[in-house]
Amino acid sequence: MAIDSKVVAQVAHLARLKVDEADSAALSDRLNDILAMVDQLQQADVTDVAPMAHPLDVTQPLREDEVSEPNVRDKALDIAPAAEDGCFLVPRVIE
Amino acid sequence: MSWEVVIGLEIHVQLNTVSKLFSGSKLSTGAEPNTQASLVDLGMPGTLPVVNKEAVRKAALFGLAINADICRHSVFERKNYFYPDLPKGYQTTQLAEPIVGAGEVEIQLENGEKKTVRIHHAHLEEDAGKSLHEDFHGMTGIDLNRAGTPLIEVVTEPDMSNAEEAVAFARKLHAIVTSIGICDGDMSQGNMRFDVNVSIRKPGDPLGTRTETKNLNSFRFMERAIKLEVERQIDVLEDGGEIVQETRLYNGDTHTARSMRSKEDANDYRYFPCPDLLPVAITDADLEALKAAMPELPNARKARFMDDYQLSEYDADLLSGSIATSAFFEGVANAGGDAKLAANWVMGELAARLNAEEKDISDSPVSAEQLGQLIARLKDGTISSKIAKQVFEACWAGEGDPDAIIEAKGLKQMSDSGELEKIVDDIIANNAPQVEDYRNSDDAKKKKKIGFFVGQAMKATQGKANPQQLNQLLKEKLG
Repeated sequence: MAIDSKVVAQVAHLARLKVDEADSAALSDRLNDILAMVDQLQQADVTDVAPMAHPLDVTQPLREDEVSEPNVRDKALDIAPAAEDGCFLVPRVIE
Repeated sequence: MSWEVVIGLEIHVQLNTVSKLFSGSKLSTGAEPNTQASLVDLGMPGTLPVVNKEAVRKAALFGLAINADICRHSVFERKNYFYPDLPKGYQTTQLAEPIVGAGEVEIQLENGEKKTVRIHHAHLEEDAGKSLHEDFHGMTGIDLNRAGTPLIEVVTEPDMSNAEEAVAFARKLHAIVTSIGICDGDMSQGNMRFDVNVSIRKPGDPLGTRTETKNLNSFRFMERAIKLEVERQIDVLEDGGEIVQETRLYNGDTHTARSMRSKEDANDYRYFPCPDLLPVAITDADLEALKAAMPELPNARKARFMDDYQLSEYDADLLSGSIATSAFFEGVANAGGDAKLAANWVMGELAARLNAEEKDISDSPVSAEQLGQLIARLKDGTISSKIAKQVFEACWAGEGDPDAIIEAKGLKQMSDSGELEKIVDDIIANNAPQVEDYRNSDDAKKKKKIGFFVGQAMKATQGKANPQQLNQLLKEKLG
């Protein structure tokens, strides 16, 4: 798959990143380089290799099901741009 | 030629843990907004998730209950999208390696047929917060108490072919998760939420384009939303139109549905394995412990009800369907000493009364012990079935235990045959023409005409005469 400026704009939008038109061509080139490297990796013969979800051969430590967190609402609302009645306020979202 | 309907479901089941999936915040409803949102739930930089052992255990228990393979190394992934009630910018969920693999659930239809619905998989994930659109003068309020609540999302194969089957499946799933104690099952609190995928086709054709109706939170709304969507799709196709793949919202109050504006990038979530979390291991020992601790499943309970209480398959199916109904029925049967009467009362008088007042069986004003006591009095002949209904009503109204009500209102059947005999003698003495008429009738007519005397006796005793005893006495006296 080749990445052009249209794909760059789409990916940037999904990640809510602002990309200048002027940088678009250079970004396309760099992303294409990365995909070329992935293509090269795809050539490797992995027939006898088990898929790996994590580079470390360890598993997730689990937590006991207990309440350990205090109420931090006041601190959290203090640093919010807007708050009211215990809620964070954001511009109206309509589904 | 008629249309064939194809339905698949995705069900979010809220796990009833004490704390959240990735943080030690308390899990409960009704708290003040944002008082149960920790730094992890708020998506603060520098915080790390730690997985709740009990949530993993409950998800795996569900897998065992539906005969699924349990993934020994399940992997959490990030589902990336921006929404104000998702402060991290991604939902931590599972995709390629979900904790529960393929399984199956058997459902029983109204006509007695059985059908197997295949489960594609079930995965563990966190819930988002809540967006509140009212009361914020043109702004939206965000409450993150729900953010991080553990859910399992159960995904079925498209194995259901009408609304009734979908509802039967949903009820069965509800019975399973409440029976094994992993979910409180309170639909009104959003403990279970259904997304319904519907498509239609002519028999033999490939699958049609499907739509998804999201976030249905009652069995009734689900049934109505499916029927509405099927009708809509048939109308569109028969008018020569095409079904557009889209997400729809159903409004139960107006019984209408509308398309949610679908954004081009709506489904581009750019999943990748969550670098903050290691694979979650489940060992053979874990599975053995879970199997040993598996509570009784609805199907096993149904079989036991048929064996232990000699119930019909139909009665056993209805009574074993929910953990609350099962427990209530067993309480009544044990206290009353008659399973068949217990079944009849729980499914009859009690169910009708609960329905009429839209009450759940767990909120029944008449307790299982009280209903059992009522049945015991019915069984030992203290009261007739007609009086029993009167006692039930009084008990429902909070007038006390059946025994106390029977005593206070003097509702005991007249068991003193001397007293009843005197009443019968009086009636015979005072109704000479009817007695004469009765004695001159043939046997068939006598059977009808005895009703007059029974009626007089019941009137005289205010319904407290034992019907069998009374009939026998009358026959003896009238000849």
